[in-house]
Amino acid sequence: MKTNEKLDIRNILKDLDKYEPRRRGWTWREHVPNLEMSGNVFTDASKPLKNSIPLPAAKYFDNIDPQPIQVITSEIASGRFEDDIRRMRMAAWHGADHLMVIRTAGQSHFDSLIEGTPQGVGGVPITRKQIRAQRKALDIIEDEVGRPINYHSYVSGVAGPDIAVMFAEEGVNGAHQDPQYNVLYRNINMVRSYVDAAESKKIMAWGDILQIDGAHNANATAMVAWKVMPELMVQHAINSIFSVKAGIKKENIALSTVPPTAVPAPDLKINLPYAKALRDFFDEYKMRAQMNTKYMESSTREATVTHVLNMMISKLTSADIQSTITPDEGRNVPWHMYNIEACDTAKQALIGMDGLLDMVSLKEDGYLPQKVRELKERAILFFEELIEDGGYFQAVEHGFFIDSGIYPERNGDGIARQINGGIGVNTVYERDEDYFAPVPAHFGYNNIEQYGLKADDNPSILIDGSTFEDHSKIIFIDELDETDNVNVRMDENEKYRNSNLVKPEVEWLADGTVVIDLTLPTSIKYAEAASIEIAKKMNLLEPEVIHREVLQTAEATRIQVKGKIDFDIDLEKLVLPEEPDLLSEKEIREKIDNKPLTIVAGTVGEDEHSVGLREIIDIKHGGIEKYGINCIYLGTSVPITKLVDAAIEVNADAILMSTIISHDDIHYKNMKKTHEYAIEKGIRDKIIIVAGGTQVTPELAKKQGVDQGFGRGTKGNHVASFILKKREEMNEN
Amino acid sequence: MNNHKTRSDDYIKRKKHLENLSNQELKQRFWDLADKTTEPLIDLAYKNTSPAIERSILLRMGFSSIEATSLVEKTINHGLISKGAGHVVFRYSKMQNIPIRESGLALNDDQGWQEIKDSFGVKS
Repeated sequence: MKTNEKLDIRNILKDLDKYEPRRRGWTWREHVPNLEMSGNVFTDASKPLKNSIPLPAAKYFDNIDPQPIQVITSEIASGRFEDDIRRMRMAAWHGADHLMVIRTAGQSHFDSLIEGTPQGVGGVPITRKQIRAQRKALDIIEDEVGRPINYHSYVSGVAGPDIAVMFAEEGVNGAHQDPQYNVLYRNINMVRSYVDAAESKKIMAWGDILQIDGAHNANATAMVAWKVMPELMVQHAINSIFSVKAGIKKENIALSTVPPTAVPAPDLKINLPYAKALRDFFDEYKMRAQMNTKYMESSTREATVTHVLNMMISKLTSADIQSTITPDEGRNVPWHMYNIEACDTAKQALIGMDGLLDMVSLKEDGYLPQKVRELKERAILFFEELIEDGGYFQAVEHGFFIDSGIYPERNGDGIARQINGGIGVNTVYERDEDYFAPVPAHFGYNNIEQYGLKADDNPSILIDGSTFEDHSKIIFIDELDETDNVNVRMDENEKYRNSNLVKPEVEWLADGTVVIDLTLPTSIKYAEAASIEIAKKMNLLEPEVIHREVLQTAEATRIQVKGKIDFDIDLEKLVLPEEPDLLSEKEIREKIDNKPLTIVAGTVGEDEHSVGLREIIDIKHGGIEKYGINCIYLGTSVPITKLVDAAIEVNADAILMSTIISHDDIHYKNMKKTHEYAIEKGIRDKIIIVAGGTQVTPELAKKQGVDQGFGRGTKGNHVASFILKKREEMNEN
Repeated sequence: MNNHKTRSDDYIKRKKHLENLSNQELKQRFWDLADKTTEPLIDLAYKNTSPAIERSILLRMGFSSIEATSLVEKTINHGLISKGAGHVVFRYSKMQNIPIRESGLALNDDQGWQEIKDSFGVKS
């Protein structure tokens, strides 16, 4: 795989019936104590990547890209898994190593595995073919970036055990599993949910799959999100201990923690004690720190700040996995660039807080421990009443959960479910004494003795091995729907796949979506209406306002509008400007240290302009002096003879002549004169002459005999790079 | 049945019995309660099965999701789910001395159910 080539999706889809995962189980990052990168020492960093995109400011730091110790999650599921594969590669290059696929709406109620590759809504239909394609792509991507990538989805709904088996077979590395999710949010019968959950968990344990619970949903659902804190601890405990009883080892059980409130509330005062209480009680388990989603609006800036504060809590307490929420999730299903922004935000914040706990610690007296204690006590009181009430099922029937009062306060708005209600009610069957299942990783009563086996024997020896021992026994189904599948979708946009035609996109290849950002000097009501008209006049199709922000009620409103374009651009017809061949700052300095460089500079002719040349030379404008170049500046209106004579006198390597006035092509005429006078003085073959000015075209300048011309937008490093390269060229001849 | 009740925050009154517990004792109490809450749930799972569990067993035995769904439905309809759908397929393969897959496909083709029921002593 070449880094400058696109993934070949059609090739990935080939031979999936034969694909086998190359490993099973979860992978943590490799900590490198005191990692040194270009003079910076990192305490909590992990092994750097082979290929990655560093943060923008890295260009001032030798392009280093330190990676935090936390596994970083990116949730990617646009509805088309074939496009998500491309986004997964982008995310991996920006530091994600836990790629989570959200399921399509309605999959929870599908009472079997879904097969094939139908398009999803708000997520992807999780199928064996889709899983194999994405895992196969991730094999390629993890080799490219040089770090294992964990692949993750959901084991929930009424087909939990079916999905768990498929995940274990296909090498899925992490999964959400929490029967409380089924019961509270999907109205799946509670008895069925717990019976299924034990089997799912036992299978996940066999596959060494890291489990994440679903407690964060309580925060996103409750009317007053932060008040569910005591209950969240109860939910985490129920799923954690139930999982241990079903066979999952504690280090493979992660809590989905979420800071429940957000600014304008005093964020840390509420979120930090909760995080601390949780870590005290659950110190044997892993923490997957989720970001707050409850209070996300359409402002990507606001969401980003909330998420950075969330990561401060991750850093002050602990987080084994740092999840990222895309800052656009408050307004649409995440777009490519926001997955990338979220990954960069996590990397930037966590690396920025490297070594924080070596410098500060949480206080052991006062507000924090008092609040921590209070939350713990409230959680215990919740459990006590739950048991008094007759146990878990009764408590759910009585609306104990997702009540917006901070327990023991009750607002009577919890979610209540009936033990004899919900999807899948009356589908649980008691096992007879001779009940038997000839497979491994089966939870619960299994009379294997009737067929002569002992307790520790793998029952599958009776059937000559199961799919868990022999992958080739899996029956792979390719497609079931002739019109709704990946091949049809790819044929539809084939014109844009690996071709010279491009269209902008935000989630799917060639979706044509663009965003315009407008500030209109009027009220929000008018600004919104006007911006739609502007978008229409710009020929955007389906314009829709996605963000509005009052700058001042009367003075101005900021509006973001999305829309689609219906044209494309042919890359082959583009004329690209020649890119300046630049040396790095380090290279420039090295070359000058090895061999000093002197230049003579001035604005020539009857020309009093000085700003442009000073910007090229002066150290305070980032000019070439900063590299240690010896600059002799002669000022403005310098006669050509004086410029050349001065160069001879100081034995300069180069002349920098500035010419701004261009009337009657005087600027080009002066260049020619300088070139000719240098010949006359016998130094032309030893000296470099460059000419600059706002009206200078490089090609025309060279025609006058100077070595190079520099026009508008020239920077010091352009000039220094040219002179140093030219000097080397002259020395070679 | 749904008795959504309201209650003002009586935390201070309610927590009296917890006040003298150390942090470690508090933690122990929390986990004891969690254990007590989940014990009946795990026991329920130990003793029972469901269509999804039985399908997951058939998947592991080498059947496709479509075959497994149909086999489990038939197992329920024939009153054999409490024996295990995988058990039914296994028993029939032994009785007929045929491979597991062949046994499952025959049962899906509505063959052999009476013999299986007889062997389990289940009346139609």
